[in-house]
Amino acid sequence: MKKYSVFSLVRNALDYHRNWQQAWRSPAPKSAYDVIVVGGGGHGLATAYYLAKECGITNVAVIEKGWLGGGNTGRNTTIIRANYLQDESTGIYAHALDLWDTLSTELNYNVMFSKRGVLHLAHNQHDLKELARRHNANRMMANELEFLTPEQVKAFVPIINISPDVRYPVLGGSLQRRAGVARHDAVAWGYARAADSLGVDIIQNCEVTGFRIEQGQMKGVETTRGFIASPKVGCVAAGHSSVLGAMAGLRLPIESHPLQALVSEPLKPFFDTVVMSNTVHVYVSQSDKGELVMGAGIDAYNGYSQRGSLPPIEHLLSAAMELYPVFSRVRVLRKWGGIVDICPDASPLITKTPVQGLYFNCGWGTGGFKATPGSGHVFAHTIARDDPHPLAAAFRLERFATGNLVDENLAAAVAH
Amino acid sequence: MLLITCPYCGPRSEEEFAYGGEGHIARPADTDGLSDDEWADYLFMRTNPKGVHYERWVHAHGCRRWFNAVRDTATNEFLAFYRVDEKKPEIDR
Repeated sequence: MKKYSVFSLVRNALDYHRNWQQAWRSPAPKSAYDVIVVGGGGHGLATAYYLAKECGITNVAVIEKGWLGGGNTGRNTTIIRANYLQDESTGIYAHALDLWDTLSTELNYNVMFSKRGVLHLAHNQHDLKELARRHNANRMMANELEFLTPEQVKAFVPIINISPDVRYPVLGGSLQRRAGVARHDAVAWGYARAADSLGVDIIQNCEVTGFRIEQGQMKGVETTRGFIASPKVGCVAAGHSSVLGAMAGLRLPIESHPLQALVSEPLKPFFDTVVMSNTVHVYVSQSDKGELVMGAGIDAYNGYSQRGSLPPIEHLLSAAMELYPVFSRVRVLRKWGGIVDICPDASPLITKTPVQGLYFNCGWGTGGFKATPGSGHVFAHTIARDDPHPLAAAFRLERFATGNLVDENLAAAVAH
Repeated sequence: MLLITCPYCGPRSEEEFAYGGEGHIARPADTDGLSDDEWADYLFMRTNPKGVHYERWVHAHGCRRWFNAVRDTATNEFLAFYRVDEKKPEIDR
């Protein structure tokens, strides 16, 4: 794989950009692999990359039923933060944040990680107490956050309305300065290109239709392009995890819901951070293209339709109007939904299963994008060693039987 | 926007209702003899199908009564609404 650099940019510019090398191959599936990753989103591609890079397993296939990054990787609001409540969560999300720091260099692909800060707002007394508790929990873990008064919030986000005479006034905020956003497509493409250059086969438009399991041991996957043998299969299919689980006779503690987001028409840069308001269900940032990116709460009902109902959008926009009155004349360009896989404790599953050689990485619910590098990294180790990575050990399926839940229902981006 | 037919009040906007998740999950009778895995299955594991889903709704801003519905989760098409004392309809598709 040719390296991207300023010199390659100049060289290709002189050729009118006609001779760029293809970023990854599109090989026909081989008959057998050492590991198959089901799902070609950010997490799946990251898993394949770290399997090849750090675990020395290069005979790997990523099987994707659609196109790379076409699921939740391309449907989220790209927020990256590590300010959860429990130690186990801080372990995995801070690990991811560390990897984000150097990801563009590591992949030789600009993922446009921008540490513009993420600010969580409190709108009532309960919020304030929850935020303070989470704030202190993070400081105990040496994870630096800052607590802002309403006046400090106003200084940090000048367009915000901190009037006390509104339905949900701003009472304070918790700021993580090293949090931010990244470019979602670049994350998928960067991992794909880097994994491909290490020998990973990326197979798109190939849907898994079943598993071949003999005496409790994984033998391979049935796909729309025929049977592919592998003793180890890692499923990273987000909203469709339960569907894959059912193919292996497993029931998972997951429910799939639509989660909606929208963007406005592009505007000149005026919103240089990320602000989240869990109570009123709106989180806002401005993309590099100038669009305001806003996310809603989940739709309450189970669904796989990749579109939601109008009420969550109305709630999101009414909250945005109150907090940012200058948005009132901005037009919405498009809205969409992704299918999020939610566990009862709002924490992920990174786990072995009762089927030997079948692994699941799912349950990231409303906030998986931020974890992409960390998730792929620990899942690769879990698959390669058939033993949970220390940072993934708390996220085993068994926690629902033992009661060791990792409750993040308050710290997850949206209430559910 | 879903149009939901309350068995008591007729078709109403989704906003009048609250969702109750998967239906027909019976609390195990012999809870003393239940293993941890069986408890986990009852409390946390869900079918979560892509397709026909038996689910509960409550007409929260209406008659406030619970009822069951059958919906295709891939298309959001409702296939049946029925009271909790009615038999679970067999729907094959």
